Amino acid sequence: MSGSTYYVPEQSKWPILASIALGLLAYGAAMTLTSMSADRDSIGPWVLGTGFLVIFYVIFGWFKDQIREEAEGLHSDQLDGSYRQGMLWFIFSEVMFFAAFFGALFYVRTFSVPWLGGEGEKGVANMLWEGFTATWPLLQTPDMKQFPGAQNIIDPWHLPLVNTILLISSSVTVTFAHHALKENKRRALEAWLAATILLAVVFLYFQAVEYHEAYTELGLTLQAGIYGATFFMLTGFHGFHVMLGTTMLFVMLLRCFDGAFSPEKHFAFEAVSWYWHFVDVVWVGLFIFVYIL
Amino acid sequence: MATVDVDLPHVKDDDPHHHGPAKGLGRWLFTTNHKDIGSMYLIFSLCMFMIGGIMALIIRAELFQPGLQLVEPNFFNQMTTMHGLIMVFGAVMPAFVGLANWMIPMQIGAPDMALPRMNNWSFWILPFAFLILLSSLFMPGGAPNFGWTFYAPLSTTYAPESVTFFIFGVHIMGASSIMGAINIIATILNMRAPGMTLMKMPMFTWTWLITAFLLIAVMPVLAGVVTMMLMDIHFGTSFFNAAGGGDPVLFQHVFWFFGHPEVYIMILPAFGIISEIIPTFARKRLFGYSSMVYAVASIALLSFVVWAHHMFTVGMPLVGEVFFMFATMLIAVPTGVKVFNWVATMFRGSMTFETPMLFAIAFVVLFTIGGFSGLMLAIAPADFQYHDTYFVVAHFHYVLVPGAIFSIMAAAYYWLPKWTGHQLNETMGKVHFWLSFVGVNITFFPMHFVGLAGMPRRIPDYALQFADFNSMASVGAFIFGFSQLVFIYNIIQNVRVGEKATAQVWEGAHGLEWTVPSPAPYHTFSTPPKVD
Repeated sequence: MSGSTYYVPEQSKWPILASIALGLLAYGAAMTLTSMSADRDSIGPWVLGTGFLVIFYVIFGWFKDQIREEAEGLHSDQLDGSYRQGMLWFIFSEVMFFAAFFGALFYVRTFSVPWLGGEGEKGVANMLWEGFTATWPLLQTPDMKQFPGAQNIIDPWHLPLVNTILLISSSVTVTFAHHALKENKRRALEAWLAATILLAVVFLYFQAVEYHEAYTELGLTLQAGIYGATFFMLTGFHGFHVMLGTTMLFVMLLRCFDGAFSPEKHFAFEAVSWYWHFVDVVWVGLFIFVYIL
Repeated sequence: MATVDVDLPHVKDDDPHHHGPAKGLGRWLFTTNHKDIGSMYLIFSLCMFMIGGIMALIIRAELFQPGLQLVEPNFFNQMTTMHGLIMVFGAVMPAFVGLANWMIPMQIGAPDMALPRMNNWSFWILPFAFLILLSSLFMPGGAPNFGWTFYAPLSTTYAPESVTFFIFGVHIMGASSIMGAINIIATILNMRAPGMTLMKMPMFTWTWLITAFLLIAVMPVLAGVVTMMLMDIHFGTSFFNAAGGGDPVLFQHVFWFFGHPEVYIMILPAFGIISEIIPTFARKRLFGYSSMVYAVASIALLSFVVWAHHMFTVGMPLVGEVFFMFATMLIAVPTGVKVFNWVATMFRGSMTFETPMLFAIAFVVLFTIGGFSGLMLAIAPADFQYHDTYFVVAHFHYVLVPGAIFSIMAAAYYWLPKWTGHQLNETMGKVHFWLSFVGVNITFFPMHFVGLAGMPRRIPDYALQFADFNSMASVGAFIFGFSQLVFIYNIIQNVRVGEKATAQVWEGAHGLEWTVPSPAPYHTFSTPPKVD
């Protein structure tokens, strides 16, 4: 259809199924966690599992329809613009999600921990745990029984530095892949995309090694006070996003093998690469504010 | 707003791709039509308004007299919490999204929303989210009872088990809001008809563009804060526990960083609606269109730097108190611009007072009262007296009930003929208006007095000297509550019967939506209309 008339996608069963899936996931997750913390059995895991099955079915089916309709030439340029807007604002919402956790980190470092240590205008808080001194990284928590602080923290100049180099390189390689796609060099596209995925997988592997070391050797856990809490939530959510991005890159690679994308029209690829750059930028923030400073 | 002259050669459409609505239940479950989805949002919102309203009446019935008569204190707390959550997330926000769905594509000459399937998804998440939330009423320990602001540690260490269900419910309704907002922003930025420049857009569309931006910016922060709660409850983190170096006050900062823009999310579209209705019934163009746009944008930007005025008494450094006090007062300037413009639009207009206009004028007056009490609350030293009293309750109910809710009712009366094709029953509309107007003021005005005299909010019992004003407020609440039955009856009657409405419906109405027939065809525009 040309740009002169409007295109409205026809009815679809996927949105309602996706809503059912989200309902099952939310209810199942809540049941599972509630019963887990209360130490009793529940059907929560089954509900949660069903939710995952339905959502995976939806993801496959919805994208399949989408790719078919695109191949049939149903998508107008205007719809392409809407997709771009959609992805852009979605990434902005992700930025704000991370902002909440970065904000929490900055707040405790600038205000609450120094106040607990008796510094600053609200230093009177020190009366709660007299003798507590504020340090960052916070290894001595106010109540070491409830929240045993870590013995040590991750050295930023080993694995995290390597990971920084890996992720930044992967941002470069994905850009090379994009240029190859625009010049219709399919072999180069596939090679650079595969290289990006390889870098991402190695990153994830190192991240797993680092977590293992933190838990087994450093005593750095989720329960290790606010340092552990912010460290794992920030790096954990980032790692989860890297996993998601890697999966998306992998799907793009499979679609490349399948002959998808033309030098002019390849928004799916572009969207994934935008997402990948976003994940990369978040990591730079993490490397600076969580690991180094 | 600039004049919109429209040339509509293609209203009739014989493209086989554009068919009428599908048959049966499938139409609603699988729809990609913005009008169907808009209607579902509006009906959902009305249902939630009734459920939340019943909870409000339970609260007012208990407070009719001092002492404990009807409910247990814990159940009373569940009622205040659920009433707040349901009204904010279930009634007001979905109503505005429903109006956006119906009106924005028609106002900008688009065929539909930018991402119609995601649109359906955003709606259908809501019933599931609210089933989860409402089901918590029947769980051991009862529903969330920590207030709609769910401050830690009340909502973490001391929360009932159902808090986890609440958290996941908030997660998915947040996903719904974000998707809805992305859709609206993409529609406005990408789907405008040729010639519909940004500064020609109707005010309702403008306010929604800015609201959508606020939603995308702050709903993820809400997701973040409930995630921190979840981790504190189930995984031993110490975000809100000072024993591990965290801080319960951190919760309040993150929550209100979401919460303050959130309250503007509930009022900016109302500004848009009022800016549509007043010019129509004053038969004049909106006074100061561009200043209206800039005022809404300034209010939205300022909303990001005023959040801590909700927590003046929590123990912030002095410089924080002073900064947040002055930043908050600054908001009075753009808001004043808006009120001035509405009044100036009416000045020397040929005014008539149909039901939508009555609600709109009541909005201007009563919202301004709410704005003034907000200004009082913004004064940090005075807030130490008002904080957590009924004065706060009076303030935010004045901006939300005769503010947001009245604007939604005004919008419903204003646009219903366009949706259903039937002229309104004016008599019933006016009965509804006057009952609501009187009911709202009897309910909420006395709360200012008891609040200033020191009556705390969220308490099922109170000292004897507050008895008279409280029984008055309860009577008002029941008048307001039951008068909504007139509204519902009027809507149902309007859908079923009524005099045929013309395309323009109201004599003074201008804009693209009034150029298409009433009821608007299932697919409004199949080719872009030309806007000069």
